[in-house]
Amino acid sequence: METPAQDLSRDDQFQARIDADVRIEPKDWMPDAYRKTLIRQISQHAHSEIVGMLPEGNWITRAPSLKRKAILLAKVQDEAGHGLYLYSAAETLGASRDQMLADLHSGKAKYSSIFNYPTLSWADMGCVGWLVDGAAILNQVPLCRTSYGPYARAMVRVCKEESFHQRQGFEIMQTLCAGAPAQKEMAQEALNRWWWPTLMMFGPKDSESPNTEQSMKWRIKRFTNDELRQKFVDMMVPQAEFLGLTVPDSNVRWNEARQAYDFGEVDWNEFWSVVKGNGLCNHDRLQARVQAHEEGAWVREAALAHAAKRAAREAVAA
Amino acid sequence: MSSSEWPLWEVFIRSKQGLDHKHVGSLHAADATMAVQNARDVYTRRLEGVSIWVVESTHIHASNPDEAAEFFDPAADKVYRHPTFYDVPDAIKHM
Ligand SMILES: [Fe+2]
Ligand SMILES: [Fe+2]
Repeated sequence: METPAQDLSRDDQFQARIDADVRIEPKDWMPDAYRKTLIRQISQHAHSEIVGMLPEGNWITRAPSLKRKAILLAKVQDEAGHGLYLYSAAETLGASRDQMLADLHSGKAKYSSIFNYPTLSWADMGCVGWLVDGAAILNQVPLCRTSYGPYARAMVRVCKEESFHQRQGFEIMQTLCAGAPAQKEMAQEALNRWWWPTLMMFGPKDSESPNTEQSMKWRIKRFTNDELRQKFVDMMVPQAEFLGLTVPDSNVRWNEARQAYDFGEVDWNEFWSVVKGNGLCNHDRLQARVQAHEEGAWVREAALAHAAKRAAREAVAA
Repeated sequence: MSSSEWPLWEVFIRSKQGLDHKHVGSLHAADATMAVQNARDVYTRRLEGVSIWVVESTHIHASNPDEAAEFFDPAADKVYRHPTFYDVPDAIKHM
């Protein structure tokens, strides 16, 4: 039986548009909860891109060659760009930039926990690009088809840039693994530290992710956390083997029946502890952001004053 | 200390000579000169453009999506505006 469109409630009409894969645009009517959830998701994503610059920024001045330094600089600059695309997408929903930054700086807003781990050696630049950007790509590619237009368009731009990030990281790992034994050891040691935190990037287990169902219905999430985590393991285990490295999980085993890798259980206590602010670098990361923001305040004010003065001068001349 | 936000600008980019400028997103800048420079750094890091327009977002006026059906209605029933409305005899070539 068909229901005429005018008999549907606004919420049902909205859901019907989403089900038909019609993109929602900024001025379209949308349920408050959809708007709020999206603002939280997009701004959290933007914060992750911005805070994500810090662990890699740590190595720009110590990159082993000019080539690596130029590449790393370009990658970190891309991450700044990703943050800006996403902030601007969130602003189309009525969020203010100042408020989003204030929420990041006060600790109210979250960002990806992966950036609360330290980058201790040059091999970490390899692992971050190869694993962390690799996980980010798996998260982001499906979002290119998300229901909110500006978000989807921002993600298309982001995804175009991410594959360079992953490849440059993999190349760093490849170079180290083909080098002296000490270099290969450094690569293995970095993998040992980054493997589990990267698996945590996909978020809690599906059974502990109560918002997944609604988000999937709104098409602002297109795969569950566990589905993406499985995909990631299936992609990465053979790549680690290619490098001659061992994934630090004795339960990793090919499962012929499932046509997928079995793997061990993530340490969820560690995950929640880092989310709650007790990771190794939570404090440093936030402090660095707040300091950059505060120390830049006079520049932002001076630029506005200069613009006002110039506008006044032009008005007199006209 | 005032903490007023830099105004928001909409960014339009011509990806190559001969094509239209297309909306790509927005950014904050104190004035138009800075908006163009920031747009270059944010939206054209890989030669995505040969020309940039910026417009302060407050200057954009738009049609109302809630009234889209009525607003675009005048064009909905004029199929004769399309060439496919007309039957051209098979014998007629080049039309
Ligand atoms: Fe990114
Ligand atoms: Fe990236």
